[in-house]
Amino acid sequence: MTTTTPDSKEVAQAPINLAFTSELKIAALREMLRIRRFEQQALKFYNQGKMGGFLHLYIGQESVAVGAASFMNGHDEMITAYRDHGHALAVGMSMEECMAELFGKATGCSKGKGGSMHFFAPDKHYWGGHGIVAGQVPLGLGLAFALKYKNIPGCALCFLGDGAVNQGVVAESLNLASLWDLPIVFIIENNGYSMGTSLERSSAIADCLAERAAGFNMKWSVVNGSHFYELRATLHASMEEARTTLHPVLLEIKTYRYYGHSIADANHKKYRTAEEIEQYKKNHDPISCWQHQLIEEGILTESMLESIDRAAKEEAAASVAFAEASPWPEPSSIFTDIYSEVDSASDAGRTGVHFFSDLS
Amino acid sequence: MPLITYRKALNEAFAEELSRDESVFLMGEEVAEYNGAYKVTEGLWERFGSKRVIDTPISEAAFLGLGVGAAMMGLRPVVELMFWSFAYVGFDQIINNAGCVRYMSGGLINVPMVIRGPANGGTSVGATHSHTPENLIANTPGLKVVCPATPYDAKGLMIASIRDNDTVCFMENTLLYGTTGEVPEGSYTIPLGVADCKREGTDISFITYGRAVLTALEAAVILQAEHGISAEVIDLRSIRPLDEEAILNSVAKTHRVVLIDENKPFCGISSQIAATIAEKAFDELDAPILRVTALDAPAIYSMPLEKLQLPTPERIVNKALTLF
Repeated sequence: MTTTTPDSKEVAQAPINLAFTSELKIAALREMLRIRRFEQQALKFYNQGKMGGFLHLYIGQESVAVGAASFMNGHDEMITAYRDHGHALAVGMSMEECMAELFGKATGCSKGKGGSMHFFAPDKHYWGGHGIVAGQVPLGLGLAFALKYKNIPGCALCFLGDGAVNQGVVAESLNLASLWDLPIVFIIENNGYSMGTSLERSSAIADCLAERAAGFNMKWSVVNGSHFYELRATLHASMEEARTTLHPVLLEIKTYRYYGHSIADANHKKYRTAEEIEQYKKNHDPISCWQHQLIEEGILTESMLESIDRAAKEEAAASVAFAEASPWPEPSSIFTDIYSEVDSASDAGRTGVHFFSDLS
Repeated sequence: MPLITYRKALNEAFAEELSRDESVFLMGEEVAEYNGAYKVTEGLWERFGSKRVIDTPISEAAFLGLGVGAAMMGLRPVVELMFWSFAYVGFDQIINNAGCVRYMSGGLINVPMVIRGPANGGTSVGATHSHTPENLIANTPGLKVVCPATPYDAKGLMIASIRDNDTVCFMENTLLYGTTGEVPEGSYTIPLGVADCKREGTDISFITYGRAVLTALEAAVILQAEHGISAEVIDLRSIRPLDEEAILNSVAKTHRVVLIDENKPFCGISSQIAATIAEKAFDELDAPILRVTALDAPAIYSMPLEKLQLPTPERIVNKALTLF
């Protein structure tokens, strides 16, 4: 991690940041806090055994999803990997449907069929939530391809982690995106660790992942995720570049996660030091950094902050109450949402045997 | 009705759908300017242009995934694999993404895509180019699998597959591309999940699909001529959804059954059919369910030996005779 410095005056004066009103600055803080409080509640109840599987927390990275989602203009599409709660909330999914999904309930965003790694909201231009490392990257290409095919003036935002860059399909996808001039921004959220393996132990060139884009004739840049003005300016410029030139851009955002790869990652204090985690929390936390910035600008007061935070905590607690009170999915739902034709009881869906067992 | 090749029948299906629906596009290695490695897409790039008929680099995982993403957004990609064997480098995209995204999204997302290409052995190209993954794909609820044997079926099933709102894995056969049959002009569909009785019979049922249908029909002729045994040949046409009713009706009629396919025997398509018959028609059987499949070894290169590896009329006849 490079040492943090406050956003430079220059970046804060970029047109996109000059247009950033006080209300929107507060709104961004609110979104970041909502994500953090949601996940802290999720962690509490995960540890109580209320959830299955894995829980990959986004805590420490919130500025990235919030910054990117704030620039989506109704024509843009977003897709990410398994650390997907932050993106889901940032695009406008409700805490209730997300928490209920974590609890495996019928009221979950995927009716309890996807879990933590698989949140989707196509109506909000959010395409998941994908569990296989880098598996979502070519899907992102497809989103961009469809935008261009339909002459829709948007771009695709395709998130991946620093561990994903060493999957072969990423190289294939970067090549195709550039070769075919697809409007897509690849956003590497570099939190330094692919599960328990540090960047130094996973990538031949560890100090810069984004420059791989040069091999595919693609613009790239590296941004510090703790510097919200800089992050915003770069995201905005990159999305605009993709939309207008129909050519891809690759961003690497330096960020950090405080918790393990997932909460099942018992070794996360063995592959990195407690000092490293503390140092990040103290000096680089995106929410703290942004709070300080807003207080310094005179936009935010301690009492406003408290009230925003309280509201976020209450919303998160209410989402747990909603999830706990929600029913489990019916056993019969095991056989729905598999084939569209079957669900719609079309001629095709009623012809031939689609399933080779039943509940008996 | 015009007599055309299986290859041409598929080509006509693409032309019909490209003309009818703007959201349909073809994509794959050499499908456009080269006219298709097996000429299945011949002339379509010239006619429909580069937006609709698209050459890809050799990046199966990326362009399969691109197809899934585009289909999620409402387009109807028809993605060619030069060989279905090449699907194995893009398996994540087919199984995890095309196969699972609807379920994991609680039904919010459809993937109306066709993935197609030849899936067969018998051409002396060695084990890695000779895979028949219909059983692997059919093992994933969410995906559909179609294996047509004739030009007529190929065209009607392809049009139905392109119009289907789920992902259809369409498995052709390089040894069938040059075969001919009567095919209507214009558009028609054959529903997925409906088998076709290719030959009526009374003494034994051959349940089969793909090129093995032709082999089974040859065996049926020999059985009738040399042994006076009347064999019925049921062509499944689609593997998933499956026409179980047609299978069970035929077994109830003949009481003897041999399952024939070019898939490997272990957890192959024939295993599933055998389980179905054993579970649902046990009392109809006068003899054990037998199978003739590809010999259970990687596809061998050597020409005369490879011919032995796939079902032959002789193997089918011999197997059938053990039941009488």
